[in-house]
Amino acid sequence: MPIRLEDYTSIVGTYVIEELRLLAEKLAGKTIQTINSTAVGGGVAEILHRLVPLLSELGVQIRWDVIRGGTAFFEATKSFHNSLQGEAGQLSEDIFKVFLETTEQNLRLIEFYGDIIFVHDPQPIALVKERYKGHAHWVWRCHIDLSNPQAQVWDFLRPFVEQYDAAVFSSANFAQPLKVKQYLIAPSIDPLSDKNKELTQEFIRDFLEKYQIDPKRPIITQISRFDHFKDPIGVIKAFRQVRPNFDCQLVLAGGEATDDPEGAQVLQEVQAEAGKDKDIHLLLLPPTADLEINALQRGSTIIIQKSLREGFGLTVTEALWKGKPVIASAVGGITLQIKHNLTGILVHSIEGTAYAIKNLLTNPEYARKLGENGREHVRQHYLLTRHLKDYLLLFLAIDRGTDGIVYL
Amino acid sequence: MHLFELTGRKARNLKELVKHLREVDDSVIFNHTHNFLIRHHYLTPQPPSAFTHWVKESLKEEWLGEQLEGINTIEFTSLKDLREKTLSTIESYIKKNRRYRIAPEGEEFFFLRSLEFVFPTPYLATNIYEFVEALRVISPNSLYFHFFTARLRLGRGTNDFSHWIETSLGEKELADRIAQLDPYMYTLEELREVLIAMLEAEIDRVLRRKR
Repeated sequence: MPIRLEDYTSIVGTYVIEELRLLAEKLAGKTIQTINSTAVGGGVAEILHRLVPLLSELGVQIRWDVIRGGTAFFEATKSFHNSLQGEAGQLSEDIFKVFLETTEQNLRLIEFYGDIIFVHDPQPIALVKERYKGHAHWVWRCHIDLSNPQAQVWDFLRPFVEQYDAAVFSSANFAQPLKVKQYLIAPSIDPLSDKNKELTQEFIRDFLEKYQIDPKRPIITQISRFDHFKDPIGVIKAFRQVRPNFDCQLVLAGGEATDDPEGAQVLQEVQAEAGKDKDIHLLLLPPTADLEINALQRGSTIIIQKSLREGFGLTVTEALWKGKPVIASAVGGITLQIKHNLTGILVHSIEGTAYAIKNLLTNPEYARKLGENGREHVRQHYLLTRHLKDYLLLFLAIDRGTDGIVYL
Repeated sequence: MHLFELTGRKARNLKELVKHLREVDDSVIFNHTHNFLIRHHYLTPQPPSAFTHWVKESLKEEWLGEQLEGINTIEFTSLKDLREKTLSTIESYIKKNRRYRIAPEGEEFFFLRSLEFVFPTPYLATNIYEFVEALRVISPNSLYFHFFTARLRLGRGTNDFSHWIETSLGEKELADRIAQLDPYMYTLEELREVLIAMLEAEIDRVLRRKR
């Protein structure tokens, strides 16, 4: 059964759904074309699979197109992605050539229509060349952190961005100074997806027992791929400072790093650091194990996200949504989600993490209150329905071209 | 309902905060003195304005933070005056202390403009009974618009509810009592409850008088 808007009513309240319907009515007669680089896999496709049907249900005329490209093109855009996120090193001229050639092919293949053309991420960015042939408004949605881009790639892409009517970023500190209007729209999680939906206690217990995790003792968990930026070693060190005085367990869960040599190396380091400690569980879960990740988060007492660098940090959003007290580093989008001591605890070091764990284990009422506030914070700001509302507002703002107060 | 626009301006210290505070438009000032209300309307106690929060949490300037917290927003009927008061509070602190603590990387103050979208909802009241029933079900966004946006951003001088109760129902005393509330001390849901209680008490009083 496809998910319908009314399925969210019991989670977000009637007024949220009512307001979405009222906003959608204001877009009557407008057509939106959304374009990205893949129909399956990756966060952008995942969110579009949810948002596009809901926008259609609301009566918004929206169509989703996907660009085509060969291996060389996607290798080129992968290099762009890494460079834009700060990876050093010059790229060869061939990479830019492949990118422009594939863009030209897509310009011939894609039928452009619609009043607003909504383009996601760098892969289809240069399609904006087409804008001069029609009257549509063009909006570029950037899902990645551009705070520290490598100059060569950014110098190449910026002229394309500045041909759009507006750009949209997930966090203020991910943006770059640009000549066009820039909007802020945070990502979201879907409370009805396998990763976030409610689970039975029996399912959670079965999962924990399958992995020999004791459901009767406190469980401290970090869910992240094995990557130095996620600092799994730091998490183990913090746990070691706690364990002598508190009977608890640590779970580090992440994807199997078969195609990522660096990930495999980090995993080895983590395994060496964990040694034969029976209270440290290393779980290798495939990326598709959404229900299991959900069960692990719900079965945990405390969730940690001790990243040294982070994008928006949707794993934090997921943990907060499950009402768990979260201890996380004050980096990237985490600071938007966690207001220190209100919706979670922000930390800056191994010692700070250890202290926060001890504090939460000693004060379950405080932990409960943080979890409750965190869940409410996500309900208000980081669920799919808020994302849907922001997109409707964005389309209205672009269409009407107004500032300040917009009377609809 | 709001959509946030980036202004491209950010401050790392008090000097930069003052510079931008002077130059940004009123939509930015309104956003950062009111955004906490809508973002954290379910939390108690109500966190302060974004300027105060940043000064205390990112610059660790506790004393100045308390001075900014002391600015009583309800006393202001124009954003111009609120901006000036905020500026003069920060500037006199800078003069006295002559130091500029730098916010850690990633914790700079990013100036955002809020676009506020206003449209009719299905709720309509023609008397106090219908009004209190509508108040129970309208969204927090409606409450926010009529209480905060109308008074300060649109410069109507008072909230829409007091205005309507006085001009359409002729209940000046009730209108004044509502206008005298300090809504910044409540979460939006608490404010809703306080208003409902005031209106119900008024309805009771009228009914008793009729009997």
